[in-house]
Amino acid sequence: MDMKIHEQSEVAAAVEEIKVHSRENKISVKDLCAYFGKTKVLKNITMDIPSKKVVAIIGPSGCGKSTFLRSINRMHEVVGGTITGSILLDGEDVMKLDPVYLRRKIGMVFQKPNPFPTMSIANNVVAGLKMNGFRNKKALKGIVEKALKQAALWDEVKDNLNDSGANISGGQQQRLCIARTIAVNPEVILMDEPASALDPISTAKVEELIFELKKDFTIIIVTHNMQQAARVSDYTAFFYMGELVEYSDTKKMFTAPDKKQTEDYITGRFG
Amino acid sequence: MEVINKAKSFTYYRRKVVNIIMLFFSFAAAIITIIPLILIFYYTISQGIAHLNVDFFTKLPTPVGEPGGGMVNAIVGTLILIGIGGAIGIPVGIMTGTYLSEFGKNKFGSLVRFLTDVLSGVPSIVVGVVAYTLVVIPMKHFSALAGGVALAILMIPTITRTTEEMIKLVPHSYREAGLALGIPKWKTTVMIVLKTAWKGIATGILLGLSRAAGETAPLLFTALGNRFWSTNIFQPIASLTVYIYEYSTAPFKDWNDQAWTAALVLIILISLLSLIFRIITRSKYKT
Repeated sequence: MDMKIHEQSEVAAAVEEIKVHSRENKISVKDLCAYFGKTKVLKNITMDIPSKKVVAIIGPSGCGKSTFLRSINRMHEVVGGTITGSILLDGEDVMKLDPVYLRRKIGMVFQKPNPFPTMSIANNVVAGLKMNGFRNKKALKGIVEKALKQAALWDEVKDNLNDSGANISGGQQQRLCIARTIAVNPEVILMDEPASALDPISTAKVEELIFELKKDFTIIIVTHNMQQAARVSDYTAFFYMGELVEYSDTKKMFTAPDKKQTEDYITGRFG
Repeated sequence: MEVINKAKSFTYYRRKVVNIIMLFFSFAAAIITIIPLILIFYYTISQGIAHLNVDFFTKLPTPVGEPGGGMVNAIVGTLILIGIGGAIGIPVGIMTGTYLSEFGKNKFGSLVRFLTDVLSGVPSIVVGVVAYTLVVIPMKHFSALAGGVALAILMIPTITRTTEEMIKLVPHSYREAGLALGIPKWKTTVMIVLKTAWKGIATGILLGLSRAAGETAPLLFTALGNRFWSTNIFQPIASLTVYIYEYSTAPFKDWNDQAWTAALVLIILISLLSLIFRIITRSKYKT
């Protein structure tokens, strides 16, 4: 009898823990392995991404950071990758969701700014909505303004919204791409080295922006720049050779990492 | 030190001389390339201009011996023929090219690519015979439709391969950007990739249409020719090229002269087509 009560309370505690867990974690990755052909590029990654926080992923080139990021919104399929294990978005397995629907919930910003060259700035912002059949002109106009304001680009382009999206500076283009991603109203934004092709001033603007955006979105950012990870993120994950070496609070990661490997990488002894 | 400098200056002058010689050959080759074109323009204009008048564009051909007359039926006929050819060839060509570039990284894709290249090398008269078998025999008479089908077959390889190459030039990042916005793949392909490559594709279409407009051999078996006014696509139809062929080989001086004028009109027509296409496809933004 005693035993049973004990067991029950334990189960209740576990259920409670799962509830808390799922409320706080936007994304839950379990035993994720990724392959390109026969090459295994990710090895049993298990990590949770908390809601409305910024998680930075660092690690040397070829360690699987980008593949990890891409598998979250199934963009790995576009480049011919396959995965095993599970990725849950609010408890739902992303591999069971329709990729088109999934990508509207999990947006992505790429390393090189890639605004559509055949479209105006305004049309770039609402490209995702327009091409999915949203045609209310008045509403679209409002969304253009809101998204550009959120991306801290409105003041710079408000007078030439009909110019080509490809004729603004690289830093502006990248913020345009962020605005384009925001306009679809996703819940999660994946950023694959969003500032690595930008000059220091533009980089600073993008970083400030990330800080603002985490109020509304869950953000996962891959970066090669350690200072950037330290500046913008709440949590940092260190990947090495396809494995998750360490994942913890950013402050702890950069001041007192648990693993020697992490410390060596952060201090620039390898990688 | 002195020796090295001398050696250096020798190689230096040799290099300069070789450079000048090669530049000269390249320049000469460029001249040789444009000479035929200049001659063609010169002869067609000088020979054809005499009969180039309003009548040529408004009147039907006259019987042998009777001066004057025009080729309005052939001008309209050529336009109808390339219209039919384009209506079939452009969509098929663009879609095949899109398939090859976006989905053709397999054995079937390679096969289609290889056969398209073979098709572009098939003599146009053979294509005419094919269209004869496919359309003329079942219909039991020559027709504009059969001519259009022959021209479409001739256009398809050009349009297909240009489309494929142009789409391949569109950076992969635009496709990814589209897909990452939750835009379905087919919409990404049509509204982003094709749109970005549109200018290049238009050039391919233009090449295809121009080639088709200048074909004679396949039309002999299919559209045949017609001395009267006809816009019925199920009946034989006149065309400038067939007229050029008939009139230039005829033993009558004024027919020969009119053949020159027909050639001039054909060249003008193709140039106009090219111009109109450039205007239509001029994009709002410099890319």
